[in-house]
Amino acid sequence: MPYEAVIGMEVHAQLITESKMFCHCSSAYASAPPNSHTCPVCLGMPGMLPLANRRAVEATVMMGLALHCAIPLFSKFDRKNYMYPDLPKGYQISQYDMPFARNGSITVPLEQGIKTIRIRRVHLEEDTAKLTHQGGYTLIDFNRSGVPLIEIVTESDIRTAEEAWRYLVALRSILRYLGIGSGNMEEGAMRCEVNISLRPVGREELGTKVEVKNMNSFRAVRQAIAYEIERQTRLLEQGERVEQVTMGWDEANHRTVFQRSKEGAEDYRYFPEPDLPPIIWTEADIDAIRARLPELPDAKLKRLIEQYALKADDAYLLADERATADYFEVAAQACAGVVEAQTVANWLLSELLRLMRESGQELSANPVTAGCLAELLKIVSRGEINATVAKEVLAEMVSSGKSAPEIIQTRGLKQISDADQLRQMVEQVIAANGQAAQQYRDGKDQALRFLIGQVMRQTRGQANVSIVESLLRELLAR
Amino acid sequence: MELYELSIHEALEGLRSRQFSSVKLTQAVLERIAQIEPKTQAYLCVAQEQALSSAEEADRRRAAGADATLLGIPLAIKDIICTEGIPTTCGSRILQGFVPPYDATVIRKLRQAGAVILGKTNTDEFAMGSSTENSGYFTSHNPWDLERVPGGSSGGSAAAVCANECLGALGSDTGGSIRQPASLCGIAGLKPTYGRVSRYGVVAYASSLDQVGTLGKDVRDNALLLQVIAGHDPEDSTSADKAVPDYQASLLPDLKGITLGVPHEFFGEGIQTEVEQSIRQALDVMRSLGACIIEVSLPHTRYSLPVYYLISTAEASANLARYDGIRYGATDEQAREIWEAYRRTREEGFGAEVKRRIMLGTYALSAGYYDAYYLKAQKARTLIKQDYDRAFQECQALITPTTPTPAFRIGEKVNDPLAMYMEDICTLSLNLSGNCGISIPCGFVNGLPVGLQILGNAFDEVTILHVAHAYEQATAWHLQKPAL
Ligand SMILES: [Zn+2]
Repeated sequence: MPYEAVIGMEVHAQLITESKMFCHCSSAYASAPPNSHTCPVCLGMPGMLPLANRRAVEATVMMGLALHCAIPLFSKFDRKNYMYPDLPKGYQISQYDMPFARNGSITVPLEQGIKTIRIRRVHLEEDTAKLTHQGGYTLIDFNRSGVPLIEIVTESDIRTAEEAWRYLVALRSILRYLGIGSGNMEEGAMRCEVNISLRPVGREELGTKVEVKNMNSFRAVRQAIAYEIERQTRLLEQGERVEQVTMGWDEANHRTVFQRSKEGAEDYRYFPEPDLPPIIWTEADIDAIRARLPELPDAKLKRLIEQYALKADDAYLLADERATADYFEVAAQACAGVVEAQTVANWLLSELLRLMRESGQELSANPVTAGCLAELLKIVSRGEINATVAKEVLAEMVSSGKSAPEIIQTRGLKQISDADQLRQMVEQVIAANGQAAQQYRDGKDQALRFLIGQVMRQTRGQANVSIVESLLRELLAR
Repeated sequence: MELYELSIHEALEGLRSRQFSSVKLTQAVLERIAQIEPKTQAYLCVAQEQALSSAEEADRRRAAGADATLLGIPLAIKDIICTEGIPTTCGSRILQGFVPPYDATVIRKLRQAGAVILGKTNTDEFAMGSSTENSGYFTSHNPWDLERVPGGSSGGSAAAVCANECLGALGSDTGGSIRQPASLCGIAGLKPTYGRVSRYGVVAYASSLDQVGTLGKDVRDNALLLQVIAGHDPEDSTSADKAVPDYQASLLPDLKGITLGVPHEFFGEGIQTEVEQSIRQALDVMRSLGACIIEVSLPHTRYSLPVYYLISTAEASANLARYDGIRYGATDEQAREIWEAYRRTREEGFGAEVKRRIMLGTYALSAGYYDAYYLKAQKARTLIKQDYDRAFQECQALITPTTPTPAFRIGEKVNDPLAMYMEDICTLSLNLSGNCGISIPCGFVNGLPVGLQILGNAFDEVTILHVAHAYEQATAWHLQKPAL
């Protein structure tokens, strides 16, 4: 019997704000010594009161709007009660029945087309402290305590590991577009929990849900879901029952492992946070936040394809990061009428981004601005250098920060397009490679490639290939 | 007259006219504390050195030509309010040894106004109680009869004011914790409107009900203290951004043009006859001062007690979760793992009443019970508030007894929590509605003071101070002092 997976996801993403969610502490704790970003409020000292961070609240509404959610005009914070050493107050300030955003959707591109995943809710809460288990004891670092965290919950619309992965990529892209989060899973700035159940294809009712946690990368999410679908399929095919449990992803052994049973689930005794008044918006408030939204990835993707006639795959890659898309658009506009936008995209995606990865630089911070790239591509299009040389020039532009004309000038890389000058070289090459010349005349076209290569080598790659080729054909035809 | 017998406004006159210094005044009060404290046990901690150095500082400021609302005035602070450098235990063993690294906003304001902090007064543990018998340390005694309770939870502050162990004091009122002990000790105690005074640095019992207030030898002293501590605090989201009026200016001598309502639900069954008589006589005095007295009704008053105990315990169950022995306060060193550490720390650190309320609140919030208890209580709370709103359309203030009886004997009600809860039957609903109220003495029954409660509309402390002051000045109850 073929089975279908029904998957829902809960993603927690830290918001990038200057201060923490409910106190004045800086939330930029990444490389700070333990417990250096703390105060009586985020340490849960007696008598301390929370103050809601307005920027974090607005960022949550922005996320909700970006996910096409409804923004209720009334919402509130609630206390989620449980005792654990990572929770200094013994409760987490979160949102229960009145989140900032609900009933939205997100689109993800798949092989078979665009898929819409419904978003159930987006709410705001505070992060917990970080526990480090060491030998027989546990250390607590409260730097993370109280960092704003949004939770984004999907409906169970996801069907495959691939879809889940695409969803995470799309979500991260939106976070970055909005400038409200890094979505970095490896650093723990984004975390996700997945619930998976299986049902025979065509059946409505759901199977038993299994929750999977502890995945520290997008890849791990994909692998964990694939593994879990396989595990549950095996169980069902063997006529066994899927237990309602929480599983953890074991990165080292590439498998999900039992964590705990769902029976006797914890009662969090939610109730409205009495220290924080409810948040009441007007339509005008929401409109003002909406007006601050940038063009979002899905809209940008659509526009890139339409406006620049790009291949869909390339447009998708460009639209993933706002900085990449912006870079592309500046370069493409600088090249307008001279170099095709698709060529600009090719250079950016295959050459420049590779150089960025290799040198560990950010596109936005590297010395080759979009204008610099456009200048180089225009030089290529004028035939002053060829593509091979241009790649070398680009690499040097990245490493030295010099402009393309400067590099071409100092290194004497300008393409040789002077037919008379080239004719001499071609004659010399034909004379020196009699065998290859004969092979060409005998009909072996490959020999021509070899001869072109010889000319290029003699000119250190500077010869204009098309002129060389036509000269070779002309001289060999004699 | 001894210096420690002075009211705040009398002492300010003496300080301003250089009759005595703050050091002299503070020393007199400290000596009084040393002498009387074995009888009253009002203080959990006397910060003698800090007090004297603050007094010296106040004298220096005054010598340099400065003045401030409370410059040089020695005050007592309920131990529920955090004081930088002075232990704050909330009357609980679980916070034994805790010295806050911060001042509550009200303390910061007092210090800015030049006040001298004498020390911290006894309270029922985490302000949960009506007699100080729930203190984790000891029970304070009523200066009028040392065999009796001073009331609670701000019983230490009330006893200290009554016994001249301070010139005035701060307390906190969640269900009557300022007004009830003020009544039992025969002094004036004010609970401001919820949001009038910052709760920042005030250890939470029930966040939506707690409010810091004042206890003084007369109404004018309460007005002076309120003037200093009132006002918006950006560190407390529930504090109101409203202008603070001049409370001294509201202390007028007559009640012409004032309509006072008498809610019949606060009289009759459960109220001692002599107490009711004292209140009725007080109404006659107010009438003679020009007030118009009308009957009003607060029909949902009878739900106050259950509603209060559902909401306050629910909030308390969360507020007290932070006392886990990990970051501050008492820690059990023997536990081998976290759950054992939690259990032992909280089992040993909390007293019986605190545990009872944590359990009640946990139950009220539990899945399956939330709608029937917490949610229903919130709805009833709205009805109680609407009762008050309606009443204040007909009158400017309400007159009721503060407590059903005068002070009871120590130990009389400790084994009967319900009887103890009934002690606050006249004060609870005001915290649920968030309005303001003041208790002032209006007579004696068998040598024990009786309290009159004046309830006011939200943020209308001006009116209740006015009514209280006019009545007080027309009578002499506030001038009577216990023989100690
Ligand atoms: Zn902090």
